[in-house]
Amino acid sequence: MASLVSRVPRLLQAVGRTLAVQATRSYADAAGPVGMSFTFGSPAAAFYNAATNVRQVDVPTFSGDIGILPSHVPTLAVLKPGKLTVYEDDATVNQFVVSSGSVTVNEDSSVQILAEEACRLEDIDPQLARSGLEKAQQQLSAAGTDAERTEAQVALEFHEQVVKALE
Amino acid sequence: MHPCCGDGLFHVPEIEALLAHASWVRDEHRSAAMLSRTALFVPTCTQVRGMATLKEIRNRLKSVKNVQKITQSMKMVSAAKYARAERELKPSRPYGTGAAAFYDKVDIEQDREKPRHLLVTIGSDRGLCGAMNSNINKLLKNYVKDNADKEIKFVTLGDKARQALYKTHSEYFMMTYSNFGRQPATFSDAAEVAEAVINSGYEFDVGEIYFNEFKSVVSYNLRPLPLHSLESVSEADSLAVYDSLDAEVIRSYQEYQLASVLYACMKETNCSEHSARMTAMDSATKNAGGKALLTCRETQCYCL
Repeated sequence: MASLVSRVPRLLQAVGRTLAVQATRSYADAAGPVGMSFTFGSPAAAFYNAATNVRQVDVPTFSGDIGILPSHVPTLAVLKPGKLTVYEDDATVNQFVVSSGSVTVNEDSSVQILAEEACRLEDIDPQLARSGLEKAQQQLSAAGTDAERTEAQVALEFHEQVVKALE
Repeated sequence: MHPCCGDGLFHVPEIEALLAHASWVRDEHRSAAMLSRTALFVPTCTQVRGMATLKEIRNRLKSVKNVQKITQSMKMVSAAKYARAERELKPSRPYGTGAAAFYDKVDIEQDREKPRHLLVTIGSDRGLCGAMNSNINKLLKNYVKDNADKEIKFVTLGDKARQALYKTHSEYFMMTYSNFGRQPATFSDAAEVAEAVINSGYEFDVGEIYFNEFKSVVSYNLRPLPLHSLESVSEADSLAVYDSLDAEVIRSYQEYQLASVLYACMKETNCSEHSARMTAMDSATKNAGGKALLTCRETQCYCL
């Protein structure tokens, strides 16, 4: 009985901390409040370098969309093209579009997200995104070999995600 | 009044010979010299033992000035390339640190006693960039000597390593890349090398990447970064801490990390190369325009 009683506030705490709108896989072990050291960048630009003022990150991966909070269980994941949202401590929300890459959450709550291409959502030209989508669709229908088809599919998926993110 | 005459600084017949063959000396000087002393003999060759002729000094002066122009222009070109390389290094440093962070945290031990080694070295195509490439070449030679009982393979980027070592160590070379350093490195270059290393099928136990890390404009140092194979990552004990991993995720993750780490190392090497060349050409310019130039000028004045 006592064990059940002591477990309930823990579960509530864990559930209460998952604020993300999308389906989340994360649950937090009720360790002490330790911030996450967040690094997010691409070869061309580093957006966050060991930043400690980040509250939550929503990441699209091939294993599902993850919401990462401090004390997230350590995991590795492959980044999927899509929208990445960063919620900072002072309630600012930054949105980015990423292509592929890797996501690492370590035991000490440090998070490294490395994207091959990434840019801020504001910097994307909707017109170019839509025309890119049409071009990718044309490429897919015109694709001959397997390699071409795979490339066209990758391009198509990326542009679809970009257009979806803009809406 | 000729500065040499009467000074006792030069032996007289040599002055006559010099003046006789220096075609730009004005006539009155020549006649004045002729009047004051009778020419004992006029040698037919321009070479006078013990002292450089005026023509030779003139040529040397011209060539020193040319060398100065060359080194100065090389310095300016390198300075421009260095500025760009440093700018691009700024975001790629956190990128590289982020990529290597996983391996630091998981702390995979590389047992150096294991038989199969892979060395990836990142140098440059062209020389005149300080000790960068010779450090790498020395390292490769010593590594082969110290680990004679192991199977070692090189993957070298930059022609200099190949030029220095291929003749003597050709059996160690697995792959070599040239045309590296002229243009700034891109992520697709790194991805290409990573793909080639993975697809080579060489199952290495111990792997290292050697590159010159950029410290400042005047300093860089050769540093290794560990290169882990898929097997050693999958078998690491601390990997169990990580949640919900399957073989596919580990493999994709590993491939991407390799490309990222290689990209960061390439960027550092680019920056080191251009800064080293800039400082080397700067010193060369100063040296060419320094004592050598001054001595030539002084000697020329004396001979006038």
